[in-house]
Amino acid sequence: MHTEHTRTIEAAALVKTYPGGVRALDGLDLDVAAGQVFALLGPNGAGKSTTIKVLTTLSRPDSGSARVAGHDVLRAPDAVRRAIGVVGQRSSVDGSATGRENITLQGRVFGLRGRALRARAEALLEQLGLSEAADRIVGTWSGGMRRRLDVAMGLIHRPSVLFLDEPTTGLDPDARAALWAEIERLARTDGLTILLTTHYLDEADRLAGEVAIVDRGRVVARGTPDELKSELQGDAIHVDVRAAQDAATAASVLGRVAGLGRPSVDGLRVSARADHAAAAVPSVLSALDGAGVAVAAVTVARPSLDDVYFRHTGRAFRPETLEASL
Amino acid sequence: MTAIAQTADVAGRHLRFFLRQPWFVLMAVVQPVIWLLLFGALFEKTTSIPGFGAGGSYVDYLVPGVLVMTALFGCGWSGMSIVEDLDNAVIDRFLVTPIHRSAIVAGLNLYELVALAIQSAIIGGLALAIGARFEGGLLGFGLLTACAMLVGAIVASLSDALALMLRQRESVIGVNTLLTMPLTFLSAAFMPLELAPDWIRTVAAYNPVNWAIEAGREALTASPDWTLVLPRLGGLALLAVVTTAWATRTFGAYQRSI
Repeated sequence: MHTEHTRTIEAAALVKTYPGGVRALDGLDLDVAAGQVFALLGPNGAGKSTTIKVLTTLSRPDSGSARVAGHDVLRAPDAVRRAIGVVGQRSSVDGSATGRENITLQGRVFGLRGRALRARAEALLEQLGLSEAADRIVGTWSGGMRRRLDVAMGLIHRPSVLFLDEPTTGLDPDARAALWAEIERLARTDGLTILLTTHYLDEADRLAGEVAIVDRGRVVARGTPDELKSELQGDAIHVDVRAAQDAATAASVLGRVAGLGRPSVDGLRVSARADHAAAAVPSVLSALDGAGVAVAAVTVARPSLDDVYFRHTGRAFRPETLEASL
Repeated sequence: MTAIAQTADVAGRHLRFFLRQPWFVLMAVVQPVIWLLLFGALFEKTTSIPGFGAGGSYVDYLVPGVLVMTALFGCGWSGMSIVEDLDNAVIDRFLVTPIHRSAIVAGLNLYELVALAIQSAIIGGLALAIGARFEGGLLGFGLLTACAMLVGAIVASLSDALALMLRQRESVIGVNTLLTMPLTFLSAAFMPLELAPDWIRTVAAYNPVNWAIEAGREALTASPDWTLVLPRLGGLALLAVVTTAWATRTFGAYQRSI
């Protein structure tokens, strides 16, 4: 906390357009202090993965500049590559080789050899709980084990910056919990900076010291999870109505209830902020009853990153539906 | 130095994969053997056609053709490994490490060539067993194998480059099937070009597959005409360097597109 806040990742005005005119990055700025866990939060298509691709030298931006670990990604890509570990969005292990063969080849690519390489590979396999499976063909491993091998391979050369692109997407709850614990452990490693992307709000909330919300190729908000949440005064009250045509009526009713903020509608759900949402529930219910609105459920919630996301983008955060449409 | 070590590392990875697929190994051994025995029997009598030229058995004549054909048909599939590695994000993983881009292609090609050298030894041994005579001895057979390997390197690099640009199996399969047969038959693989129509003779003069077959066959004779062997060998070597460099450069195009 008291160490000097040197910037390990600095990106300025990154623009990247894909064929067909898709503007994946639209002037994205980012700076990440050394030694912290930083999360890029946003739905699929927001530009998170493209940011990672540019910062890890896989892809070149149309314009803008970026420095990672003190090196320019465009002018000194090999220096950046030696300083970073990358765990891509999809597992990139070689399924036809054993775990040990995978991590050994990765080490050799970085110039590690002989006993030093064997010891380092063994230690990482042990650390990630893969020792027992190490000599089996990776094609027979579970998704969670492959993901841990990805992490082990990303660490083989002791990088100072680790990129994790949606590390837990597609994992079952147990595997996700195991990986979270491992990322928390890594975060305590001296001097290791971790930049992770996620579309899970709880993941960003739990792991990251700082969060940037990415929307349509730009950073729209940033801060610690608590700072972002405290921007939203009070609690939220959510009213789920039974019929779509009732939503507008419910919104206007809620607008007249004392102590509530301006309501917003998202499908069958009408939401409003309140200093003490629980205390407002009785008057909300009687007002809705008086207006003849059939209520399915009323929920009171402390502010979450979900609300922060909604506030900054004007859209609800629903990665599942976005995933299905992509 | 590092690039060479990395090339060997990458080749080792592909070789381990190959050795774990018994069917691949079996196919790699059986296919050229079938060609040698099948074409050897089918065209046996062609040596008696007036104008066939040099004496000796048809198997003597056929060995260079089968060996170069093995290189052409085998290494043309090289791009499939690239597509596979693109699909599994292995290429993307390599590209964010300091690995030399050339080592990714050269390592894959080196593996193809090691496999080809083993096939060459099997073909040579079998041919001797069924009565072929290599007047040019071990040096001649070594030069023939070198010619086949250069064709292999050229075809593998083209296949790799194509795979990096098109990124789908169907394209690699399509181009491979489209090119290998004509390249084989527009050459002196099965019979001397003196027996072929003029236009085929003209096309064959520009066909690197034919350069390899002619140079390899000449190297196998008792007293090779080096003015025939060396220019063709040089031409093949040059093409191999150019195509490998091109395949390496396609990584840049790939990275610009993602």
